[in-house]
Amino acid sequence: MRSSESISWFADVTLSDRPAVGGKGGSLGELAHAGIAVPPGFVIRTTAFERFIAALEEDGPIRAGVAELEGHDLNGITAVSENLRARLEQAPLPDSVHREIVGAHTEFCGENNWPLAVRSSATTEDAEDLSFAGLQDTFLWVMGAQAVLNRVRSCWASLYSVPSIAYRRSHRIPENTVAMAVVVQRMVEARSAGVMFTRSPLTGDRSVVTIEATWGLGPALVSGEVTPDRFVISKITGEISVRHISDKHIQHVPAARGGTREVDTPENLRRESSVSDQELAALKDIARKVERHYGQPQDIEWAIDRSGEILVLQSRPETVWSARDQTPVAKPADNPLLHVMNIFGGRR
Amino acid sequence: MSASVKPTGFPLPSSLQVVPGTERAQAAYPYYMQFTKEDDERFWFYNSMHFPEPMSPFDVTTAEAAYCALGAANTRVHCLPTTLGIDYRIINGRIYIGGNAVTDAAEIARRTKEFEQRAFYYYANWERLIAQWKDKMLALIREAQTLPKLALPEFEPLEHVHAGRGIASNHYLLDVYQKTLEGYFRMWHYHFEFLLLGYGAYLTFFDFCKKAFPEISEQTVARMVSGMQAEIFRPDDELRKLAKRAIELGVDGVLREGASPDDVIKALEQLGEPGRTWLQELAVSRDPWFNINVGDGFYHYHRSWNDDLSLPFSALPGYIANAKAGERIERPIEKLMAERKELIADYRELLNNEEERAAYDQMIALAHRVFPYVEGHKFYCEHWYTNLFFNKIREFGALLAEHGFFEDAEDVFQLTHYEIEAAIIDLMTAWSSGSPPRGPARWPAIVEERKAAIKEWAEHETPPALGPVPEVIDDPAIVLLWGITRERLDGWLAAGGQADSSEIRGFAASSGVAEGVARVVKSVEEIDRLRYGDILVCRVTNPTWAPIFQKIAAAVSDIGGSMSHAAIVAREYGLPAVVGTGTATQKIKDGQRIRVDGGRGVVTILE
Repeated sequence: MRSSESISWFADVTLSDRPAVGGKGGSLGELAHAGIAVPPGFVIRTTAFERFIAALEEDGPIRAGVAELEGHDLNGITAVSENLRARLEQAPLPDSVHREIVGAHTEFCGENNWPLAVRSSATTEDAEDLSFAGLQDTFLWVMGAQAVLNRVRSCWASLYSVPSIAYRRSHRIPENTVAMAVVVQRMVEARSAGVMFTRSPLTGDRSVVTIEATWGLGPALVSGEVTPDRFVISKITGEISVRHISDKHIQHVPAARGGTREVDTPENLRRESSVSDQELAALKDIARKVERHYGQPQDIEWAIDRSGEILVLQSRPETVWSARDQTPVAKPADNPLLHVMNIFGGRR
Repeated sequence: MSASVKPTGFPLPSSLQVVPGTERAQAAYPYYMQFTKEDDERFWFYNSMHFPEPMSPFDVTTAEAAYCALGAANTRVHCLPTTLGIDYRIINGRIYIGGNAVTDAAEIARRTKEFEQRAFYYYANWERLIAQWKDKMLALIREAQTLPKLALPEFEPLEHVHAGRGIASNHYLLDVYQKTLEGYFRMWHYHFEFLLLGYGAYLTFFDFCKKAFPEISEQTVARMVSGMQAEIFRPDDELRKLAKRAIELGVDGVLREGASPDDVIKALEQLGEPGRTWLQELAVSRDPWFNINVGDGFYHYHRSWNDDLSLPFSALPGYIANAKAGERIERPIEKLMAERKELIADYRELLNNEEERAAYDQMIALAHRVFPYVEGHKFYCEHWYTNLFFNKIREFGALLAEHGFFEDAEDVFQLTHYEIEAAIIDLMTAWSSGSPPRGPARWPAIVEERKAAIKEWAEHETPPALGPVPEVIDDPAIVLLWGITRERLDGWLAAGGQADSSEIRGFAASSGVAEGVARVVKSVEEIDRLRYGDILVCRVTNPTWAPIFQKIAAAVSDIGGSMSHAAIVAREYGLPAVVGTGTATQKIKDGQRIRVDGGRGVVTILE
């Protein structure tokens, strides 16, 4: 599959593409490059967005209309937001943009009517990740080229939601530096899904991976009404030191016409481990690989599809322990023997 | 104790009753080992790691000598700032010990100044002092080996008279006896010369790892530090070598399961050159490596492999079978060392910054320097020297039995070391006076009474601890050796109130899950009961039982911490093991099916 001007397949995304593919797109591209299995997909680069906006600008200002707003002026922002969003939702797409997106969809799905996720991936020219409210819209279980086109529009339009505009104006982020890329990715029909922390959420221990797992689609996609199975596995020795299987009474599964729904877990599976020991070891290896790639602890969302393949859905830097005091546990001593005073010197 | 009553503390020493009918046997032990009312005010725990079975009156000498030296090293020689020595008591044959802490800040500061001049000197000069120690130990062993044979001839040999020796033979009974005892007490000083410092260095590294990686397992830390090549592993290595050689020489056929050592040796002698060659190589291995005994150095009946070839010989068929099946039976030292290196590097990489890495490097370097001694000293002290000691006492036993004091030479161990001296003087006097000794009218009945008491005591359980629980347990030896931490004590207290829990928890010593039939082995004589696939449940696992590890599916013990190199051996065999459960031998019934999860430290009773 060859990338075109506005379309980048994950395999083609490199670090230097960040300004054009945004944080999410960049991250997925990097993971794919690092040899980590992610659900396949492509990124609609910011060039498509720019072309669309350029066409709209001919009928009246878009960016200029936002640039003159004050961050606290909620009434003004709301009025501009409603106006701009209506324009983005209704205006025809430039032919080239339409062609590229539909072409990419056809090339990607072929004969299959795969359910897809359509995800906002905003960025600035400086490749900063704009991770604030309203710009992380994700649409799940999108099927068919037309539906994809509609959701792409929605993602673009979300750049002009009230909270997004308000945030940018309050932080005085120049309008002409902000753009929207969109990730289109195959949905995983998850047999099991969950999260993993490459740094223990309980103790900050960097030598273990904590894995939470449940049946069906992951907790990242649903509100957490299920207590997941919980495991702690050593990154180095592979020992599983904690194995807590919970009663997973419900699970989330895809709904026929899109979206997801909640069903009861069959009785025989409720107290069965939602991942096998081999899968735990494989998850641990993936966690190590992802962490090494980013050079810092990560919170990772994952899913295991019906064929047993493990896929990474998202990876974010761990924030809780990283923000804490980083005083070294011990410092080297001029006389190495002094360390024994920790033991012989008594509690202080 | 009913399950609904939650105990708030351990029983007081004064509430423990001497088992009725054994009062005289109890009184035989030295006065300074008996509990008094004052002892209610402090914390004691049953040292079932070193003394898992009731102790005979002579065998308590091992505790006396050991604690005499341990305390001296802590209190007076190295001057550990917060820890003095250990007090000990005996009741119903069970040894309880208690530590003495220093809590006054000024005193700690004073002792710290001394500690720095003494302990630091030892750390800084460790290798040189250890080499010196080795020479001292070998000299001590030679002294014990060259003690004269005991003799009470009818007439003093003529050559002594003509040489003008001037001292009659009976005097040498006393002389040799006192030298035997003195040498044994001295050995323990050598034993403790370095040991607490070694533990301290290990604990320093362990403590750092626990702070940097709160969820790291103890066995992982032990794997990072273990030297693996200390003398304590040599006896088993020699067996593996002999097994291989038997195959190479084509004589393995006579080394069958169940054959007695005498029969095997006779058969080998009839196999010509190959048989003789193997026997020669056996002789080389035996000196000194078969000086390992089947215990830990505290019981007279834990004989050495040299004294009783049946334990080492019983391991050979298994090693031979494995070798013939194509398995590599030598310990994979290079692989283990490579794994250790990798473990160390992997954890180092995970540290937060270069400062932590530099500190880590410093601490593990010290731990590596001290650990070979920590692992290896036992071979010289608790095994080789101790065998010589007990065997010499046995000689006295034989002499006394010959003169009617005992029915059997082994009965000598039912007397305290004070009483043996009295019996010897009795015998010396009889030899000199010409009248019969008084001993034969006195000792046999007492010996019977005491043997009966020990048998009785073995049937009774004893609390794992006594007295008020301290807030903090600071003594590195207590924490490390016995795995006694505040959490462990709370666990014991809680376990007392859960009489019917099917789950028993302990330290995860060696990963893996195994299910099988439990054999509750209360003494080493019962080892023969173990069948392939059984799970060993015992008071304390013992590295000298290593050859047995190839038979069993898993091991569970009542006591033990991460220091137990039985844990190291278990890992090398890939044998799941859980140690420090407190009460496994009481809770698990012989023949029950159990599951051992060595990675989590959990034992589950399945039926």
